[in-house]
This record gives sequence, C-alpha cells and structure tokens, in this order.
Amino acid sequence: MKILKIFIILFLVTSFSEIKSDEANDVLKNKILKNIRCLICQGQSVYDSESEFASSIKLIVNRKINEGLKEKQIYQFLREKYGDWVIFDPQLNQNTYVLWLLPLLLFLFGGAIIYRSLINKK
Amino acid sequence: MKNKFSLFFIVIFLSFCFVIFYKGLNTQNNYTPKVNEKKNIPTFKAKDFNSDSYINSDEIFEENIFYIVNIWASWCVPCRTEHPLLMQLSKNQSIKLIGLNYRDNFINAKKFIDNFGNPYSRILIDKDGTLGVEFGAYGVPETFLIDKNKDIIKKFVGPINQETVSEIELIIK
Repeated sequence: MKILKIFIILFLVTSFSEIKSDEANDVLKNKILKNIRCLICQGQSVYDSESEFASSIKLIVNRKINEGLKEKQIYQFLREKYGDWVIFDPQLNQNTYVLWLLPLLLFLFGGAIIYRSLINKK
Repeated sequence: MKNKFSLFFIVIFLSFCFVIFYKGLNTQNNYTPKVNEKKNIPTFKAKDFNSDSYINSDEIFEENIFYIVNIWASWCVPCRTEHPLLMQLSKNQSIKLIGLNYRDNFINAKKFIDNFGNPYSRILIDKDGTLGVEFGAYGVPETFLIDKNKDIIKKFVGPINQETVSEIELIIK
C-alpha cells in the first residue's frame, strides 16, 4: 500500500511537470511565431496566418523547440533560409545600424542642445 | 551666428529625412528572395514517392553531377505549364531531377505523373511542407539548381520558362 502511494505521488508530480513544460513550450512557440513574418501574406505574422507557408513554419518551429533549440537558434535557422526579412525584430548589423543608432544619436544631440540652453540661461 | 547654425542644422536634418523617405519609397515592401545566393543543400530524411521507404539526402545527391530540385504539386496550375520543360530538361544526361511533391494527395500526384510524364529520377514526399522550408522555399513551383559541390547555386521562383531552361543548360555545360 505504501509503495502504491509513492507511485501515485511520483506519477502526479511527473505529469504536472510535463504539463508545465508543455505550457512553457507553447508560450515560447507563440512568442517566436509572432516575431516571424509570413512571407506570402501582407503584413501578417506567421502566428496570425493560416496560409500553407505559415502552417509549415509553425510545424518547423514546434519541431525545433522539441529538439531543444533556443529562441535565437530558431531565428538563426530561419534567417539562413529566408534572410533577415523573415524576422520582424531586426538584428543589429551593417544594414540596420542606422536604424538602431539614429534614435540614440538624436537623443544625445537633443540632450546636448537642452543642456547648452540651460547653461546659457544660468 | 546662432541663427545661421540653427538654419544649417535644420537644412541638414530635413535633407537627411528626405533621403531616407525617398529611399524608402523606392524600396519594395514585399519579400524578394535572393535567387543567386550560394547555399549548402540541407541534410534531411524524406519519404520516397515510389517505394514508401525513407532516404537520406546523402543518398539522393550521391553522384558527382548537377541536380535540379523541383517543388511541385498536382493542385498547382503553374506546375502544369512548366512540366513539358522539365521533361525536356530530364533528357539531358548531365543533370538529374529530383521532385519534391509539396502538400499533395498521393493519388492525385500519381495521376499527374501518369498523365504528364515523369521527368524526375526520384520523387520525395513533403506532406507537411517542412522539407520545402529546409530548402528555403515558400511555395510552388520552385526550382533549385545544385552544382557538383552540392551547393544550391540558383533558385527559380515560380514556373520555369524556355529562358530558364537555356540558362540552366548553359550553366551545366
């Protein structure tokens, strides 16, 4: 009887942990799919699309997560196949550095102007 | 002096914005695949159309010749227009055609091949479209030219035409 109780407890613990890991995988999958562009749709993510391309990508992402690949590795895989355009969130590289650095430069420049005007007022 | 500096800055800033927006207007906002980018062929395992057994990509591309991977489906109308050209290409001894049957019904695909002829030395089944993703495809028909080093050297999006066939024949000469 005691052994049976231990088995039941162990069974419950393992099933709960499996459900939890499935939930975590689903959250990760949805996060990734929302950041992948459906290349044959107009401005839709793979998550929002029901096209054949999108459903194949959904299967691939699911498979890669089950294989144990990390989010960045999955993005890298898709980038290798379809280029940077497939990801909504652009990476910092030679084509996008203006996009990333311009707001920072404008912020610094604006800050410098405000600082100078404050100094002059004093 | 201060006003001159501000004016100069505003002019520079507006010119910069103008250039960025002008460039943006001329850039296409839809996906244009890179057709000449050299890539390694993916390693995969796929179901054979005729034998129902699974084959590794190494076994498929084992010969030291050029290969063409053509993604097709019986429900794809443009695939019918390019099929005679694939038949023409299959007569060339220095190239082998591999067909990738994309998200298709087996019976319909078999009928398609029986009716229009089989240009492929091997047909692989891509039931869920994931094999197509491994090749970087996003629809049907799509054709990939693979050289002797097992690199994808060219990608043809959409149905091939006589010009494409001449281009392929020129490359494999």
